[in-house]
Amino acid sequence: MEDIKKRIRTIKFWNSVFWITGLLSTLGGLALLFTLLTDLFMDGFPRLSYKFFASFPSRFPAEAGILSAWVGSFLVLLVTASAAIPLGIAAGIYLEEYAGKNWLTDIIEINIANLAGVPSIVYGLLALGLFVYFFKFGESILTGGLTLALLVLPMVIMATREAIRAIPNSIREASYALGATKWQTVQSHIIPYSTGGILTGIIIGLSRAIGETAPIITVGALTFIAFLPTSPFSSEFPFISFKWLFDPFTVMPIQMFNWVSRPQHDFQLNAAAAGIVLMIMTLLMNGLAIYIRYRFRRKIKW
Amino acid sequence: MKRKLTRKIKEGAIETILFLSALSSVFITISIVAVLSYESFGFFKEVPLIEFLTGKEWTPLFAEPKFGILPLISGTLLTTFIALIVALPLGLTAAVYLSEYAPHRLKEVIKPILELLAAVPTVVYGYFALLFLTPILQKFIPDLSGFNALSPGIIMGIMIIPYVSSVSEDAMRAVPMHIREGSYAMGATKLQTAFKVVIPSAFSGIAAAFIIGISRAVGETMVVAIAAGGMPNLTANPLEPVQTLTAYIVAVSLGDVPHGTIEYKTIFAAGITLFLITLVFNIIGFWLRKRIREAY
Repeated sequence: MEDIKKRIRTIKFWNSVFWITGLLSTLGGLALLFTLLTDLFMDGFPRLSYKFFASFPSRFPAEAGILSAWVGSFLVLLVTASAAIPLGIAAGIYLEEYAGKNWLTDIIEINIANLAGVPSIVYGLLALGLFVYFFKFGESILTGGLTLALLVLPMVIMATREAIRAIPNSIREASYALGATKWQTVQSHIIPYSTGGILTGIIIGLSRAIGETAPIITVGALTFIAFLPTSPFSSEFPFISFKWLFDPFTVMPIQMFNWVSRPQHDFQLNAAAAGIVLMIMTLLMNGLAIYIRYRFRRKIKW
Repeated sequence: MKRKLTRKIKEGAIETILFLSALSSVFITISIVAVLSYESFGFFKEVPLIEFLTGKEWTPLFAEPKFGILPLISGTLLTTFIALIVALPLGLTAAVYLSEYAPHRLKEVIKPILELLAAVPTVVYGYFALLFLTPILQKFIPDLSGFNALSPGIIMGIMIIPYVSSVSEDAMRAVPMHIREGSYAMGATKLQTAFKVVIPSAFSGIAAAFIIGISRAVGETMVVAIAAGGMPNLTANPLEPVQTLTAYIVAVSLGDVPHGTIEYKTIFAAGITLFLITLVFNIIGFWLRKRIREAY
């Protein structure tokens, strides 16, 4: 009898130990991240100023800024969004509303799942061969934007599908019962109800794109750019130019990478400051996505 | 009648557009294989496959170039191995805790914060590895060189914890409650239930989580490019600098390598090796995840 009681006590002891270990493991990673971010903040915050945002990079760390980097990031993201959003949503709608259960659909689904797991640098190699040399877009904003669009596409497709799948079938059936065609149903019911989920997925995808470095380096973004791409507004007809799409560029993470790789301590402080800006951009976008998801979930009452 | 025909044409056209959008994913995969194969084919015309696969030196930019891929593969494997030693125990423990122990409200708070670990840009992790972790480790390990495999390995491990823990947790949540209840009814503690009942039932899902972690670590570029060094090095010693497949591609892309030269083609040879390695792991992971869904 004593023997059994002792065994039970040992077992219960290990259970309590695990309770604590489990909590520590879960929180440990977070605590570490928090420490790292605090370190980043302490190093980089003093360098943040209006001048930092408005200057080009320079050989002198004190004068260097992220102007070309954040403008580049913004323009590249614009191209990425324009390409990935329509394509991704269309593909998601097709797969959920129109596709039959045949081998072709299976192949498409396997492809999307596989593309989600391809390392980002392989997308860079694809873009190098395809966009830079084959299509002759060169080492430009267009190439960079399209590369990231390919990267983000599986995420947009999966988010669209999840959002559409959440819509109960009764809505579709009611629409068809009233005589609507498939597209009318999609247009009037499916798309409005899934907008929240789709938007969330898009924003999370874009927030990942903003931090991607490797594929952009591979397609030839330069690490030292002391000029801005051509302005889209020109002074002659037709007043809007697309030349900026073909200009050389740099993006925020590449600027940070460039500064981190330099041995001078002052450049490393710049890197920390750039890192803070990048983290704030990423966190804002993620926060926006979560907020949108929350608001949409509240509005919808099945 | 004419209205009906117009409508049919419109519906058909829309369906075709949507179909082509979905088909684009297949085109992307085909393009990846095509571009990598085309350039690698050019590479292997000049470098025999045997030398590529068994050579122990990778020095394509030297006057006497050597094209053995083993140092890059060993760099990738070493950093991946270290990352997994960190990520698997921590990720799995976190998953068990969240799935079996944590009160619901705590879980709702912790899960989004864990997702945050995955949202941090990899350059920022690289910064941490080089400028924060390496100096700290050097205090404990005086032999540690400035560029090494240990520091980025640990940071990569932290980075992939959310992947491992979320897939494991999904797998464990899929185990039906009545199996756990049977175990509790026999008087088992949560620990015993978790490790002797839930984990074996969720095994294929947990294996899928491992595979996803491996795939992610193998494909990681910036952390190792920043902190592991730029010298291909065939070694099992984590205190030395190494270069991974991914970091090599970045290093060459940063330089001025003209299109069409053998050095240019080496990045595609490294790329196709990387793609094949991750493809194998992704397929295994996909197949394992399908098995979770089918089992219940």
